[in-house]
Amino acid sequence: MSEIIKKNLSEIIELLKKKEIKSEELVNLYIDKINKSKKLNSYITTCFEHTIQKAKEFDKKPNINSLLPGVPLAIKDLFCTNGFKTTAGSKMLKNFIPNYESTVTENLWKEGAILLGKLNCDEYAMGSSNETSHFGNVINPVAKDTVPGGSSGGSASALAADLTPATIGTDTGGSIRQPASFTGTVGLKPTYGLCSRWGIVAFASSLDQAGPMTKSVKDCSIMLEAMAGFDKKDSTSIEKKKENYSKNLKTDIKGLKIGIPKEYRVENMPKEIDELWNNGKRILKDLGAEIIDISLPHTKYALPTYYIVAPAEASSNLARYDGVKYGYRSSKGNDLIEMYMNTRSEGFGDEVKRRILIGTYVLSSGYYDAYYLKAQKVRQLIKKDFDENFGKIDAILTPSTPSSAFKIGEKTNDPISMYLNDIFTVPVNLAGLPAISIPAGLDKKGYPLGLQLIGKTLDEQNILNIAYAFEKNCNFKNEIKNWWL
Amino acid sequence: MSKDKFDYFIKGEKNQYEVIIGLEVHAQVLSNSKLFSGSSTKFGAEPNSQVSLIDSAFPGMLPVINKECINQAIRTGLGLNAKINKNSVFDRKNYFYADLPQGYQISQYKNPIVGEGKVLLDMPYGSKEIGIERLHLEQDAGKSIHDMDPSSTFVDLNRSGIALMEIVSKPDLRSPEEVNAYIKKLRTIMRYLGTCDGNMQEGSLRADVNVSVRKVGDKKFGTRCEIKNVNSIKFMQMAIEYEAKRQVELLDEGKKIDQETRLFDTKKNETRSMRSKEDAHDYRYFPDPDLLPLKIEQKLIDDLKKSLPELPDNKKERFINEYGLNSYEANVLVSEKEISDYYEEAAKLSDKKLAATWMMGDLFAMLNDKGLNISNSPISAKNFAELVQSIKTGEISGRIAKEVFEIMVESGDNPKNIIVSKGMKQQSDPKELEKIINEILFKNKDKVDQYKSGKEKLFGFFVGQVMKQSDGKANPQLTNEILKKLLKG
Repeated sequence: MSEIIKKNLSEIIELLKKKEIKSEELVNLYIDKINKSKKLNSYITTCFEHTIQKAKEFDKKPNINSLLPGVPLAIKDLFCTNGFKTTAGSKMLKNFIPNYESTVTENLWKEGAILLGKLNCDEYAMGSSNETSHFGNVINPVAKDTVPGGSSGGSASALAADLTPATIGTDTGGSIRQPASFTGTVGLKPTYGLCSRWGIVAFASSLDQAGPMTKSVKDCSIMLEAMAGFDKKDSTSIEKKKENYSKNLKTDIKGLKIGIPKEYRVENMPKEIDELWNNGKRILKDLGAEIIDISLPHTKYALPTYYIVAPAEASSNLARYDGVKYGYRSSKGNDLIEMYMNTRSEGFGDEVKRRILIGTYVLSSGYYDAYYLKAQKVRQLIKKDFDENFGKIDAILTPSTPSSAFKIGEKTNDPISMYLNDIFTVPVNLAGLPAISIPAGLDKKGYPLGLQLIGKTLDEQNILNIAYAFEKNCNFKNEIKNWWL
Repeated sequence: MSKDKFDYFIKGEKNQYEVIIGLEVHAQVLSNSKLFSGSSTKFGAEPNSQVSLIDSAFPGMLPVINKECINQAIRTGLGLNAKINKNSVFDRKNYFYADLPQGYQISQYKNPIVGEGKVLLDMPYGSKEIGIERLHLEQDAGKSIHDMDPSSTFVDLNRSGIALMEIVSKPDLRSPEEVNAYIKKLRTIMRYLGTCDGNMQEGSLRADVNVSVRKVGDKKFGTRCEIKNVNSIKFMQMAIEYEAKRQVELLDEGKKIDQETRLFDTKKNETRSMRSKEDAHDYRYFPDPDLLPLKIEQKLIDDLKKSLPELPDNKKERFINEYGLNSYEANVLVSEKEISDYYEEAAKLSDKKLAATWMMGDLFAMLNDKGLNISNSPISAKNFAELVQSIKTGEISGRIAKEVFEIMVESGDNPKNIIVSKGMKQQSDPKELEKIINEILFKNKDKVDQYKSGKEKLFGFFVGQVMKQSDGKANPQLTNEILKKLLKG
């Protein structure tokens, strides 16, 4: 097995730019390992003919001035890809082939990247362990009996197993950061509106945001630069100038004020998470940052708020999957209503149904004020907590997750305990802020653990810089042993 | 129709009832593309040929507001003397139906773009103000076609996503006539503004009609029923009459009215229950997270206000003052913008009062006969003015004018050419006329004697002879004068 695919994206780009490796050669290295790694179940769809074809085209006329010159990239199967099956991990869309390309993936192809395949995820991105996918659960390359997290579990698994040099996921309540934390990789959820949502299968529109998942912070900045940008097709897209995150990356964080929110020290949190957090604080302090204790008093309401807002929006967003126009249609039923009921009963999995039911309930007349409206008010308070603190600090440091990767099947029958996994990531989505999860250590089982840096609105550069400095001083080493080969 | 007192009451067995009506009018916004997508809104295209990925709700598709539709709603609001809300919100109205691809309709629920306004009606018993509760923007659904196949329903999504304005009136209407006047007035205002073509055959204007009754003198409203989706004024009137009688009968029998949604069956001329209040849909409205709240700048409102055309109420005032028309004439001539434009063009070139008389008489009768409207009239406003002016100056008589008019309709030629080429010019030379008249008097000496001895009815006979002799071209006024003078002598 070649050592090249173990390298970071930025190193691979250098090799391609220097023509030390051809895109086609690189692609073949990945294809070889993908073919040998089916056990992980991280890919739903591969499109090797297309990938090789595109690589050959690149090699003939290499444009090395682009950000991702001839780089193959696998993509979470929530992004619509023109001519390639896009399933959202659901039976409902198992044969759905869009004839359009999501803005974010289009941006990647424009920068020279090549589609390598579509990565497994929780059904409609609803899950924290990649166990709700219609296409089966994904295995964490860290240890064969553990989940990779979710919903971007296929992305995290493929990345950690060197089945793609980088990838993108979507993060509605932690779906990039939690799997990044579980697999010892870097995951960034940008400011809401930085990356276009156009062409991404919607889960919860006011929370969904696409972001990069990479092996290093520098890789993360390159990917973010390539995928972000204003899109007039998305009304919630932010109109602003493109930034050169990778060029502006720096390690000098002297004098920056880092907030430590006391509310994130939750009950029954494993001691090793606490130690990880303390270690993180120490590293940043040693780098010249100032550590400041802060309070985000409404944090405890974030999870219940999220589990009202997200299902409410999902219940409406998923109404279009009715068997009429595209996707799965049940063959049973004598009239329209029966066709709807059978299609949706057979086409959706349990977790999706659970959230549609919750969402429908909280929007129902008589319950709307008590649930949805109240949740929206609390959401404002959570946002206000952050805003008030960001007057006096530059970023916030928290653990990414309350535990390391858990065992497959461990939480599938206990949705609440599954939901609790997102406790540190959810507030950021509710506030629309950017946050990055970076690998920060291993627990006693040798599983990776991540720390989360939360930034101000559109302050991606700043949290990338802090993460970059942290990475250089943390000496984290991901020990993936390729046990599945 | 000309009543000077309002008298629409329904007589029950015991009591007399008043009918309370409120309308929710759905007016299709005149715009090239749909409310949230770039698809065309043209009527009558091949089924499903004007459907984008957004209109058919493909995964990951997002709505983007069409600014022209916003402007049209603001214009309409201004035309209804209504408050424009600088902050409004698009909500999702959730329900499942085969012609609703998203599974929800994007509408405005709690915060509409336009608030309270008013519309003035000219009723025979005086003018009446009808309150507007609100106007909001929403998407139209597609069309389900049930009669093409016995076992399946076909769906045409061309209409899916087209912008509609829902204009909700206050319960201020009291009779089918007022409903008729209200709808026509709304349509006139929107046509003036160019915000809705008001074409009811093509479904550009339809209404949900809320009807309740109460004993004359009662202050409290009765329980209302909503009659859904009525698409002609005639059907609205029929539905109201039926529904009001039905409610009165129930009340007279001591029964209660159930609040419900009803359908109007145009074949049987009756309303039928569609669903009761208990079965009402729970639409689970909530703000559409794909769209930011709609903010409207004062400057936009001001700019649109400045660009508004003169509206019918103002134009009517002006026609009365400027052209000396009476209220009835002015009303008719401002009822459509094209009519008022035609009239003004003609009135500038001819006698204003005579132009009005001829327009409302011969011109309208001809258009009506031929099933034409003013925009495709075979007589241009300029030619029409020339004709009117020829009458006014005495070049031709009113009778000849009718002949010229006929020829103008057939040939499209201008009246001057017709008069000259057909030698229809009126004989207005007194010397020539005197010559003709003298000849006639000479030939009919006996009748002259009879006339002089008191048989004055014979005057008509002499006029007839003059007309006959002159091929009808003798100037009637001049003929009268000269005849009288010569008969005296």
